[in-house]
Amino acid sequence: MIKTGVFILFLVLNLSAIAADDPVEFKNPELQKRYYALIEEIRCLVCQNQSLADSHADLAQDLRNEIYSKVLAGEQDDQIVSFLVERYGDFVLYRPPLTKNTWLLWFGPFVFMLIGIIFAIILIKKQSTNKAVPTELDEVQQQRLTELLKKDIKRDKE
Amino acid sequence: MIPELGHFTLILALAMAIIQTIFPLAGAANGNQAWMALARPVARLQFLFISIAFGVLIYSFLSNDFSVAYVAQNSNSLLPAIYRLSAVWGAHEGSLLLWALILSLWTTAVTFYSKRLPVFFLARVIAVMGSVSVGFLLFMLLTSNPFERLLPIPADGSDLNPLLQDPGLIIHPPMLYMGYVGFSVAFGFAIAALLGGNLDSSWARWSRPWTLLAWMFLTIGIALGSWWAYYELGWGGWWFWDPVENASFMPWLIGTALIHSFAATEKRDVFKNWTILLAICAFALSLLGTFLVRSGVLTSVHAFATDPERGIFILILLGFFVGGSLLLYALRAPSTIKGGQFKLFSRETLLLFNSILFLVAMLTVLLGTLYPLIAEALGMGKLSVGAPYFNAVFIPVMAPVALLIGIGAIVKWKQDDYKRVARQLRFLLLASVVIGVVLSVTFFDNHLVRTCAGIVAALWVTFTSIAALLARLKHRQNKLIALQTIPRGFYGMTIAHIGFAVTIIGITITSQHSVDLHERMAPGDKVEFADYQFSLEELRPTTGPNFKATEAVVKVEKNGVYVTDLHSQKRIYTVRNMPMTEAGIDSSLMRDIYISLGEPLDGEAWSIRLYHKPFVRWIWLGAIFMALGGLLAATDRRYRLKVEKNNAALVEETAASLKP
Repeated sequence: MIKTGVFILFLVLNLSAIAADDPVEFKNPELQKRYYALIEEIRCLVCQNQSLADSHADLAQDLRNEIYSKVLAGEQDDQIVSFLVERYGDFVLYRPPLTKNTWLLWFGPFVFMLIGIIFAIILIKKQSTNKAVPTELDEVQQQRLTELLKKDIKRDKE
Repeated sequence: MIPELGHFTLILALAMAIIQTIFPLAGAANGNQAWMALARPVARLQFLFISIAFGVLIYSFLSNDFSVAYVAQNSNSLLPAIYRLSAVWGAHEGSLLLWALILSLWTTAVTFYSKRLPVFFLARVIAVMGSVSVGFLLFMLLTSNPFERLLPIPADGSDLNPLLQDPGLIIHPPMLYMGYVGFSVAFGFAIAALLGGNLDSSWARWSRPWTLLAWMFLTIGIALGSWWAYYELGWGGWWFWDPVENASFMPWLIGTALIHSFAATEKRDVFKNWTILLAICAFALSLLGTFLVRSGVLTSVHAFATDPERGIFILILLGFFVGGSLLLYALRAPSTIKGGQFKLFSRETLLLFNSILFLVAMLTVLLGTLYPLIAEALGMGKLSVGAPYFNAVFIPVMAPVALLIGIGAIVKWKQDDYKRVARQLRFLLLASVVIGVVLSVTFFDNHLVRTCAGIVAALWVTFTSIAALLARLKHRQNKLIALQTIPRGFYGMTIAHIGFAVTIIGITITSQHSVDLHERMAPGDKVEFADYQFSLEELRPTTGPNFKATEAVVKVEKNGVYVTDLHSQKRIYTVRNMPMTEAGIDSSLMRDIYISLGEPLDGEAWSIRLYHKPFVRWIWLGAIFMALGGLLAATDRRYRLKVEKNNAALVEETAASLKP
């Protein structure tokens, strides 16, 4: 009964009979680790902004299969990555490679940090030449302060 | 007729916003009291009109008025009523209306809680906020009118994006916008201070609680968004470094820098220019975030209903407000720095480094978010910048923050003796390292270095926060009374810092020790995973109001003892024919078990993903602590109304003496 139900549901929903989300099996845990690490860092090209690991799209499944068979065939990570880059360009990589086009991207944060620290040092040096704010109150201010304090004490008592 | 009422009140609101901008500003310039006095009532009227427009849009959704294009595009007669309500801000036009509503809500709140503000200053604040409102209302009326009619009237609507049909999405956008737009108050205060030339520590005191509140809302909003992505996108991830997430995270980073910089400006009268710049920057990033999300320049899973042409309008707005305020800053910021002095080793220095680090963190996120755009514009080809990049560069930038929090809470203002601090901290440092290492080695057997670093950092932040609290009790006779006299702001800081530690624990352990299994399962199959046994009990068809689904029931056992039944659905929303995964989650403080139903395979089998995510709840628990800390600090006694009234006379007097 359930079987029929599920089957009918397939027809109704027009789900493709070809699986788009095939689980993969590994005998070697080392290969498995590499496979999952790879599909996390490769972009699904037809999706909005998802990695192969996250995507249910058919193209993502094809690419996963491709990577799976390459990993099993004993190809190294960089071989697989350069295969993908050759086919789809750098766009496919979520970890952009360090090239002359991306050195600003990769070193930018550390340049920002350096500028920030220099800026902070300048600011600290500069303030040491600050004119100190007068710490003594003049007569009028002193009177005002006493009044306020009195008021405060009175309020607290209430 | 009713939608036209909404349109009409929006136009009235624009008129109010224009008056609210021009008259108080002109009044403040030439001392015209009557013009300045317009600020309060006109701002409230504007709020009233936008509220009516908002109410009309809600009514159009609830009554399934598909003659309104926006309703037809984002609702359906089968959509449950609660999602028809949240569909109001489910796409572009409605979220802009929500933006405008929240802006006028903040403005109105300022009009009510501003009794101690000098009239000149208040008039300028309200006017600046009014000018932002003018921009957004114009944008809405010219390019994105939510009340536009549709002819011929469709029989039914094309439904709300199924991703958004979720309880989390009812409150996530309003919270996020409360935060985003809340920084407009700090912006208004900063610009008003620049215009009036009254950049003193009282400016910081007026502005600070508003900023804390906005920051609190933004914290909640971001945490809700992350939580929603976690259970709704069906991948078990909680942060994707997606451009839209980054768009809300950047104002948060600068907001965090800002609330800390305010502390130094208010207490010690230092970094005034710096604080002003941060306030401008926080609001600029809110506008930039709106631009990034709404313009469609960046592809993202979250970018719903984007339109490049509208982007240009927001870009002009962004240019106007950022350019204008920076120009004003350049012209009016005091060049000679007056204010408190401090030595190199002091809390001031540490707070300065805090804001520098958060600024650098923000710039890093900004760089990574915009780099693909810049690269493409410069003809360097298409490239992607994703999570691997952000994790690699963001964590090193943020790591010193954890170290500095611990020191900052203990070091005194103005000047401290590093030997004294070292004496006080070396034991805590030793304790953090020893306990951290012992915990990591005891409970985990891989990724030890990173796990250990995260736990040590979290312990260090927690221990030093508690030590700072205890230091305040040290020389007091009656500890209980002493606890009561500690200002609420201090508790707020302590709780928020401990919240930061809780989030560090959550992030560290979840990212290092989550495991998942992608399995092919047919009814009756059983798998062993992460010390639990999962058996697929049944697969059954089911239906909802506007979707059909297959539901998997998975029994979870641990060593033969029943734990729970998890239900995960693969839904097809019939109107848009869009598949969605509804994850089955069993959550507890120490771990989540998470299953998500994949796709049908041959025969009766389906692919199912199983996840074991230790400590994932701590990520959001920490955010709740941080938000609570923000709330406590914002409601500190010295900001509250009672005190305001007592000092009102004095403030008016001071203001009178400051009149330009």
